[in-house]
Amino acid sequence: MMARTSTAPATPVLSVRDLSINFGGVRAVQNVSFDIASGCIYSVIGPNGAGKTTLFNLITGVYVPTAGEILLDGQPVQGQPPHRLARRGVARTFQNLQVCLNMTALENVMVGAHLRLDRNVLKAAFRWPSLRRADQALHQEAAELMRFVGLEHALEARADAMSYGALKRLEIARALAMKPRLLFLDEPAAGLNPRETLEIDELIRKVAASGVTVVLVEHDMKMVMSLSDRILVLDYGKKLAEGTAAEIRQDPAVIAAYLGAGAAGETS
Amino acid sequence: MIRPVILRLMALRPATLGLVALAVLVLVLPLVISNSFYLDLVIRIAINAIIVLGLNLLIGFAGQISFGHAGFLGIGAYASAVLPTHFGWPPLLALIAGAAAAAALAAVMAWPIFRLKGHYLAMATLGLGIILNLIFRNEASYTGGPDGMAVPAMELFGLQLSRDRQWYWVIAALLLVSVWASLNIIDSPFGRALRALHGSDVAARVVGVDIARYKMAIFVMSATFASIMGSITAHYVGFVTPNIADFFHSVELVTMVVVGGMASVFGSLLGAVLLTILPQALATFEGWETVAFGAILILCMIFMPRGLLPTLAARLGSLRFAVARLRAGRSAGESDS
Repeated sequence: MMARTSTAPATPVLSVRDLSINFGGVRAVQNVSFDIASGCIYSVIGPNGAGKTTLFNLITGVYVPTAGEILLDGQPVQGQPPHRLARRGVARTFQNLQVCLNMTALENVMVGAHLRLDRNVLKAAFRWPSLRRADQALHQEAAELMRFVGLEHALEARADAMSYGALKRLEIARALAMKPRLLFLDEPAAGLNPRETLEIDELIRKVAASGVTVVLVEHDMKMVMSLSDRILVLDYGKKLAEGTAAEIRQDPAVIAAYLGAGAAGETS
Repeated sequence: MIRPVILRLMALRPATLGLVALAVLVLVLPLVISNSFYLDLVIRIAINAIIVLGLNLLIGFAGQISFGHAGFLGIGAYASAVLPTHFGWPPLLALIAGAAAAAALAAVMAWPIFRLKGHYLAMATLGLGIILNLIFRNEASYTGGPDGMAVPAMELFGLQLSRDRQWYWVIAALLLVSVWASLNIIDSPFGRALRALHGSDVAARVVGVDIARYKMAIFVMSATFASIMGSITAHYVGFVTPNIADFFHSVELVTMVVVGGMASVFGSLLGAVLLTILPQALATFEGWETVAFGAILILCMIFMPRGLLPTLAARLGSLRFAVARLRAGRSAGESDS
């Protein structure tokens, strides 16, 4: 618990140092630095276009940074492709869903276990017994994960026949199938009704309690404030503030960014 | 009496059911067919079906298009013609050498392409197919040029394959194994990775799929497979011409995949059956057969864009759903979509 409250944890699972990326002239993320302690729930907030998703894309290898360092357990990983980072236990979901609609829901979850499986194609072609057994076990495991995220009704469903809210959870189940150490959730509650949002809130707590470090981008402030151990605020690609929910709530710069400069004077 | 049997069959997975049906068909066909013309037609259909199965893994499941697969067929066919004729190689060794050459060529070509995003594979394979066709056409001292050349008979374990009946059983067995293997691959970690990179390449990458490697693997596999089938075609027909590696042959193979149904194993079979028979059946149109052929394809794509089998299966599925709902005796409260 010390690591959760301490401002400078001994061994951050993830350290970001002066991270920047430019798209042509647009400086989407500029000199952002922060540390994430193992086992905590860390949230990234900020107005639309602040660079939250870009930050996720940088850390998970989808984009290559223009400058800066990303350290995973103290080792630099910036510029590594996503499939390498996946091997190191980095999993994520997407704001704009990335579900394979050409597969069933259960198969989507099973794909999450890709790296843990025997991918030999010849063994696959001839139904090698060990491979079949592993696949059957995975079938059970994937069904278990779907129940865990509240998709027990969709075990037989095709992905293209599922609702938006269900697909959001399906992405979480797929990410969990990777048995990640670090889970990035990009707006898991977007487009969900209040009841579903509450369920996602509970789900994130369950995941974090199981020892996974969760990094969250979310617009639902009630959820962010109650869930997060620490919060990073981005604005125009720059770090505006970082701290606990209580600290962020009081920060005049944050209030100014969210409510306008005038409001900052009134509330502080 | 017959009801329990039907019920038991209904309980099987559709894929298993299809495989059983195919096995029965393969066993029954030679009893029904006495005419050697039809036997030949069936063998040609089966050969096309096997090629299309491999191509569908690439196009339908992995989402990568090859317009040069006839070129790989040509490599196998000419390896089996040239190596035994000019260099005295045993046919089986020639077949393996052809397959290895096709695999190497596919790998060398795919290496840079799969680092890029987009439909570069279609362009590159198109070029490759044309180049190979030119080589087979122009290296007349080895290949006989546009006139083609004879292919020595295939020997398997000291047994010469010469009569159509023998060929039928060899190719029927190959077909069954290919269908079975394709179904197995699709439903395996390797197959799921392929389908995932087709469905969402970003999702596949973040769960750890090295997508360039997987695209490469399936492309090399289907090229190797095409080469082997090219060798077998050459031995079966006993003669090979550059037409086997023609661009239009490549297009024809892609058409079989698309008309039959992308990402559908049994759709591939249906596509091969239809597009092998159709030109023969349309011969009565005398000169208009190409037009009729084109019209059929266009209509297919307009009304069944997902391909014949997936569309029919979906129709059947919704019909079955409706029946089940009626039987349950209640109007569905929940949306079915």
